[in-house]
Amino acid sequence: MDIEAANQTAVKRMMSARPMLTRLAPAREVIPGMVDNLVLHAGPPIEWDRMSGPLRGAVIGALLFEGLAKDEKGAVGMIEAGEVEFAPCHHHGAVGPMAGVISASMEVYVIDNPTHGNQAYSNLNEGYGKVLRYGAYSEEVLDKLRWMNGTLGPVLREALEQSDGLDIRALLAEALHMGDEGHNRNKAGSLLYLKLLSPLIAKVVKDEGVEAEVLQFLGDNALSVLNPVMAACKVMADAAHGVEGSTVVTAMARNGTDFGVRVSGLGDDWFTAPAGIPEGLYFPGFTSEDANADIGDSTITETAGIGGFAMASAPAIVAFVSGTPQDALNTTLEMYEITVAEHEHFTMPPLEFRGTPTGIDIRKVVELGITPRINTGIAHKEPGVGQVGAGLVRPPKEIFEQALFAYAERYQL
Amino acid sequence: MATLHQVRPGAYFDSVVLMQLQRALASLPDVIDAGVVMGTAANLELLSQNELLPDDMQAAPEDLVIVVQSETKLAAEAALEQVDELLSRRRSTATREFRPKSLQSAAEMLPEAGWVLISVPGRYAAVVAREALELGKHVFLYSDNVSLDEEVELKARADELHLLMMGPDCGTAIVSGIGFGFANRVRRGRIGLVGASGTGLQSVSSRIHQMGSGVSQVIGTGSRDLKDSVAGAMATRGLDLLASDPETEVIVLVSKPPDPAVTARLLQRAWAAGKPTVISFIGYPPPAKQLGNLYFANSLIEAADLAVGLVGGEAPEIGAPELRAGARYLRGLFSGGTLAAEALAGFQAVLGPVFSNISEPRLSDPLISKEHSLLDLGEDEFTVGRLHPMIDNDLRIRRLRLEAADPQVGLILLDVVLGEGAHPDPASELAPAISEARAQHNIEVVVILVGTDEDPQNLEHQEQQLQQAGAVVFADTAAAVAYAVSPFITRELETVETDFLSRPVAAINVGLESFYDSLKAQGAEAVHVDWKPPAGGDQRLQAILQKMKN
Repeated sequence: MDIEAANQTAVKRMMSARPMLTRLAPAREVIPGMVDNLVLHAGPPIEWDRMSGPLRGAVIGALLFEGLAKDEKGAVGMIEAGEVEFAPCHHHGAVGPMAGVISASMEVYVIDNPTHGNQAYSNLNEGYGKVLRYGAYSEEVLDKLRWMNGTLGPVLREALEQSDGLDIRALLAEALHMGDEGHNRNKAGSLLYLKLLSPLIAKVVKDEGVEAEVLQFLGDNALSVLNPVMAACKVMADAAHGVEGSTVVTAMARNGTDFGVRVSGLGDDWFTAPAGIPEGLYFPGFTSEDANADIGDSTITETAGIGGFAMASAPAIVAFVSGTPQDALNTTLEMYEITVAEHEHFTMPPLEFRGTPTGIDIRKVVELGITPRINTGIAHKEPGVGQVGAGLVRPPKEIFEQALFAYAERYQL
Repeated sequence: MATLHQVRPGAYFDSVVLMQLQRALASLPDVIDAGVVMGTAANLELLSQNELLPDDMQAAPEDLVIVVQSETKLAAEAALEQVDELLSRRRSTATREFRPKSLQSAAEMLPEAGWVLISVPGRYAAVVAREALELGKHVFLYSDNVSLDEEVELKARADELHLLMMGPDCGTAIVSGIGFGFANRVRRGRIGLVGASGTGLQSVSSRIHQMGSGVSQVIGTGSRDLKDSVAGAMATRGLDLLASDPETEVIVLVSKPPDPAVTARLLQRAWAAGKPTVISFIGYPPPAKQLGNLYFANSLIEAADLAVGLVGGEAPEIGAPELRAGARYLRGLFSGGTLAAEALAGFQAVLGPVFSNISEPRLSDPLISKEHSLLDLGEDEFTVGRLHPMIDNDLRIRRLRLEAADPQVGLILLDVVLGEGAHPDPASELAPAISEARAQHNIEVVVILVGTDEDPQNLEHQEQQLQQAGAVVFADTAAAVAYAVSPFITRELETVETDFLSRPVAAINVGLESFYDSLKAQGAEAVHVDWKPPAGGDQRLQAILQKMKN
């Protein structure tokens, strides 16, 4: 078993994947296995009983949005009666930020990878304030979702039909040179996204009011591009999955209760342990007492070599963890220690254009005791309150140790 | 309770700065809570939810809003007054240099590093050293408690890769002016040291400095290098390096007494190096004061003094007898027991075991020589019923003919002792035999001639006869031994790459931080690895990781 060669194969596949945002469609039309009573969620598999506040809130919101339940009580009743199925987004080629809840009617982005022929999906980003992804499900939240599904989604769909697809890898490469790291900071990327979409939107929207509304919504939200970026990372990571003998991590995800990883050469098994509470800065009126355990599929960015791993590119946000610009460099330098390659397309000016650390190797994580560094938003532990801060978290190291034991067993070491 | 606010129109700050300011305000005395946001509708609502939105406040999205809630109005005012200072406060510019946790990363950070200094616990040291060698780095391994098998394997691998493997248990080295581990500040100069003894090297190098001279390189080998099982692998390589190093003029070899076979191997190598080499094997009886280019010291200080004296001198001329083709051995045929013993000690020092009838290894039959052999023909087994060879040359002449006829023999060493009671004219009998042996077998003959100009045999006449017969005559055993052994020691030096010695030292330190500090203090480029036992010391995980590496 040549592990090095297997890992090189995996990481080459990851880097040569070409994520193209080609279209939007309702989840039930494009996501494999999507059915009306299925709710996809972030992270590894989890039962209702063990779901944290924000995830429960988002699930209830989705059932209300779908019209499957009339109110919270009805939604909970359906769930307890076993009428709702749950599955990780990751099991259906999808990813979603925070609660990551995707239901059948929701418009989703489709990312194609012409290099390897696989696809990935993500929902639309709702912006700030009271949003479903943080477990809010008030009428106001549902109204916004309806507008997104009824107006924003169709506009974006028609706009994309005017293009040959947007190259998200190229967009990310540029954003990394503009102070983004692609996970917590997507300011530049979102503006680039708006720049690419604006002429297309202008072409397809007849109603000036709608056009202004859509452009305003995309422009106000510095996370507009996060969801396509996550799906792009998913398509890259999936391209690297399933290489026999490889120890490269191909998914890291949290459901608000557990943190899970998958490994290229270890099939579809998850290795999980309780998720931690991020360290970071809090919005007015909140403290770490209010924080939910780590949640969301957005760690797919670190899996693909950006986010916390590209921290050297984003000195503006180091202060989230009381850091200095030097700490931003150190973070990236540290991640080189546990990865197998430097990215061919994602480079960082402050490190003399070295490629970002790409392809987490479970062997290195266990040997050196260095867990991946993740930049993340922090959710309130009660459903519906929303984001309370942002900061830094690391996965529990046990999950990498479990994966190593599983590897030894599978490959009879 | 008081809630005061400030609105700063058109003042944009990144949200991170705002959150930091908010945290700083909230931590001031008597402040209950604080809110710092840009005045967007969403943010104002957030303030409102947390009861931080003053009723009378007006703000636009591009305005900076600062709200402070405190026990007293005074405290709130004091807090607001500090906003500008808090906003402009800069973090300490002292940045923390990145400390890699793996050797691999350190090597990527400092690709010019030629050396890895290792001082991790012994059970992990061999693995780290192996990794360093595979990365193409020379190794200074301070750690002890590394097994002998591992040491042998590491040194063999280093040899294959043409790298230096100092240690395990190597306490000191000075490479191109930079001290590793425990090292004195010693002036640079022309004397190169190799040694298995850390304090020995420190003592000699310090003395050299105090005498006004200096060192080119100080190469530690590790305390067990001169044991039989390790066979002086690093000392040999160190000698080759110093022999090839143009900066090194004089070599000093320091050790506790090596195993005898290793001694011969090292002295041969030192001989082959050709540079004046001072040998200081503490507790080892020197076979001579000088043997060719080898100088034997009785103490560390004497070694330093000898070396300093040799700098700038001429290399000693030994002469080089030419052997007939196929000749591989020398034979000594002595009449004097003590001369025989002295010559034997000299031979054994550089040639390794020499068979004889006076010490180990013994000839099973003294009548039949074997490989390199030396005979004391004055021993009882030869003198039963016969006169002593100082009086009767018959036995020696017969044996001389016998040895000369052996095609594997290239050189024969004899002693001739004059004086009262001895044969009246030994050369008259020996010279024709020597002449005949040389004519028939093209054999080299070397003679140690002991006597005075007042002796009855006429010293000068004796010497002339022997020389005319083709013998090379010496008055001094050590000089005769040096001349006699020289054709039997291979002079083919392993040419060693020395370019790296002229480059500035750059090193990776794994283990004791003080070694890193010391490298930096000496002006060397260095990276410190923040090393921890693999897998946090978990042996089950370590075992799996090890299997995955193979």
